[in-house]
Amino acid sequence: MTIDSVRGATGSGLEPELVQLLTPEGERVAHPDYPLDLTGDELRGLYRDLVIVRRVDREAVALTRQGELGLWASLLGQEAAQIGSGRALGPHDMVFPTYREHGVAWCRDVEPIKLLGLFRGVDHGGWDPAEHGFHLYTIVIGSQTLHAAGYAMGIQRDGVLGTDRAGAAIAYFGDGATSQGDVNEAFVFASVFNAPVVFFCQNNQWAISEPLEKQTRIPLYKRAQGYGFPGVRVDGNDVLACLAVTRKALREARDGQGPTLIEAFTYRMGAHTTTDDPTRYRLKAEEESWKLKDPIERLKAYLVRGEIADTAFLDEVEDEAKRVAADLRKACLELPDPGPEALFQHVYADPHPLVGEERERFAAYLASFEGATGE
Amino acid sequence: MSETLTLAKGLNAGLRRAMEDDPKVLVMGEDVGRLGGVFRVTDGLQKDFGEERVIDTPLAESGIVGTAIGLALRGYRPVVEIQFDGFVFPAADQIITQLAKMHLRSLGAVTLPVVIRIPCGGGIGAVEHHSESPEAYFTHTAGLRVVACSNPADAYTMIQQAVASPDPVIFFEPKRRYWDKAPVDVEAPREAFPPLHEARVVRAGEDVTLLAYGPAVKTCLEAAEADDRSIEVIDLRSLNPLDIGAVTASVERTGRCVVVHEAPVFTGFGAELAARITERCFYRLEAPVLRVGGFATPYPPSRLEDHYLPDLDRVLDAVDRTFAW
Repeated sequence: MTIDSVRGATGSGLEPELVQLLTPEGERVAHPDYPLDLTGDELRGLYRDLVIVRRVDREAVALTRQGELGLWASLLGQEAAQIGSGRALGPHDMVFPTYREHGVAWCRDVEPIKLLGLFRGVDHGGWDPAEHGFHLYTIVIGSQTLHAAGYAMGIQRDGVLGTDRAGAAIAYFGDGATSQGDVNEAFVFASVFNAPVVFFCQNNQWAISEPLEKQTRIPLYKRAQGYGFPGVRVDGNDVLACLAVTRKALREARDGQGPTLIEAFTYRMGAHTTTDDPTRYRLKAEEESWKLKDPIERLKAYLVRGEIADTAFLDEVEDEAKRVAADLRKACLELPDPGPEALFQHVYADPHPLVGEERERFAAYLASFEGATGE
Repeated sequence: MSETLTLAKGLNAGLRRAMEDDPKVLVMGEDVGRLGGVFRVTDGLQKDFGEERVIDTPLAESGIVGTAIGLALRGYRPVVEIQFDGFVFPAADQIITQLAKMHLRSLGAVTLPVVIRIPCGGGIGAVEHHSESPEAYFTHTAGLRVVACSNPADAYTMIQQAVASPDPVIFFEPKRRYWDKAPVDVEAPREAFPPLHEARVVRAGEDVTLLAYGPAVKTCLEAAEADDRSIEVIDLRSLNPLDIGAVTASVERTGRCVVVHEAPVFTGFGAELAARITERCFYRLEAPVLRVGGFATPYPPSRLEDHYLPDLDRVLDAVDRTFAW
């Protein structure tokens, strides 16, 4: 549903129409604007992705509970939004994530262990964004939307739009971020420069403890109209719909048709992070109602009922997910703490005399303890 | 070939040469294109390099810096103009949390060669927010380089060096000196430019060292000329990194030092200078390092700014006090 088709709607926002291709019961439905024809391999691939990223997420939560990570931001419940959009990406596209896009990172071949470095505290990120087409996790809410808009302006200046070298930028952010000035400025820049950027908002209903109504009085996707580009709300727990909607928005961006806002309507099944306690601000009944819309269960039902996947395949995926999780745990426990010299690395690209001087002094200070008996 | 240029024209010529040398260099900001900037620093650049490279942006400072970061990630070298010092604060988040830290966050994989030009300081009779000196906010942020030009020749060379830097550079321009004229060698090869992060002794002396940067350099030179004592004046040029070697070499000789800047003295850049000089030159100092600068007040309405800004008399008063110690 584009903004044009809802023009004049009352905008009560209670139960607005979602783009949906797979119902919560696993029924395949068609949408006139978003045809999608996937092979059995592709469908099974999506299922595999969903199961693995959920398992990786669970492992990271467990590692946090066991004191191996300082913090984790769980993606539980948002797997379809991330895998659907992530599998819509092309090789020349560039992702600008928040700190929760573990599923998109998976789609961009960022090893899960790389994500854990930040949460374990051994680095602040540390993968090469250009290598993966996946920028660093950004913690300040909404900042990365401007980086995406600027990157998209760069794509324009490279003169590749409409060619087979064309890429688009895609910015991920949440419902809370839509209140940030930077996100609104990103909408303005993207719009007036007609930049090839897709704004992918995972509306998971909660910004830590604040429900959606603390951020907006209208459905978020409708805000796009005010900035002058299309907005669409997609069932964020429907991996097929997320794939189809994102694929179309990216294609239009790469063709020079400008930005799109996608609101993936989903739910944060877990806590904001492992330090959060959702029982203080939301009802169990709400969580239970969203469980019925689980992104993995509905795809599984569709695959089984349509005989696209058999038990052997499902078991195989479970086994693979377990292996990935076990590997991740092992790699996490083996992550070395950085040495003190790492304090002074990569502060500047060119040499900096003060950083160099402090590094040497601190090394000499540490060396002064060598051989001390501690008496 | 030497041409007599204003400081603003020196910047303009430097930007032009940087854009000619590297097609990835972009200029962006409010009114920088068609108008040529409110101080005309970017005059004519859009006409010659086009709207794709000289970008009139929406009126949103965080957006300008944030999109400049994105452009840099795509391989461009944006030179951002913040129209006035007091308007940099909406962009402070992008500068401090993103621009300064992304190289480290990526463990060196990402470099952000972004220049943020900021006309700074008072003395032009402006309204509120148009006369501030926010340098200490940025020198306090690791990951940024912070420089301040004081004359047309430095304006011409330093802006080119800032553009060439792989690190983000906060580039302060002394707005009340935009119209000062001096000869500029516009054909000097870049290798002949003085290093960006080196201070310069702009007036040699024996009795006391004045440390200044940006608009206060001229004030200090005027004070030195007006006094019978032998006053050395150093133009720091670069605040981060700081050329502490040039500073201590001078103070070791003179034994007296006064720091002059327009920003408030309290926790201003002069405090860092005073501390470092004291650590390094303690036994050579004849008097504590004194500071002359703005008061512990917001920048005043323009009819009061002559009282607020350090002038020749306040500089010499501090010099007198170092001798009376």
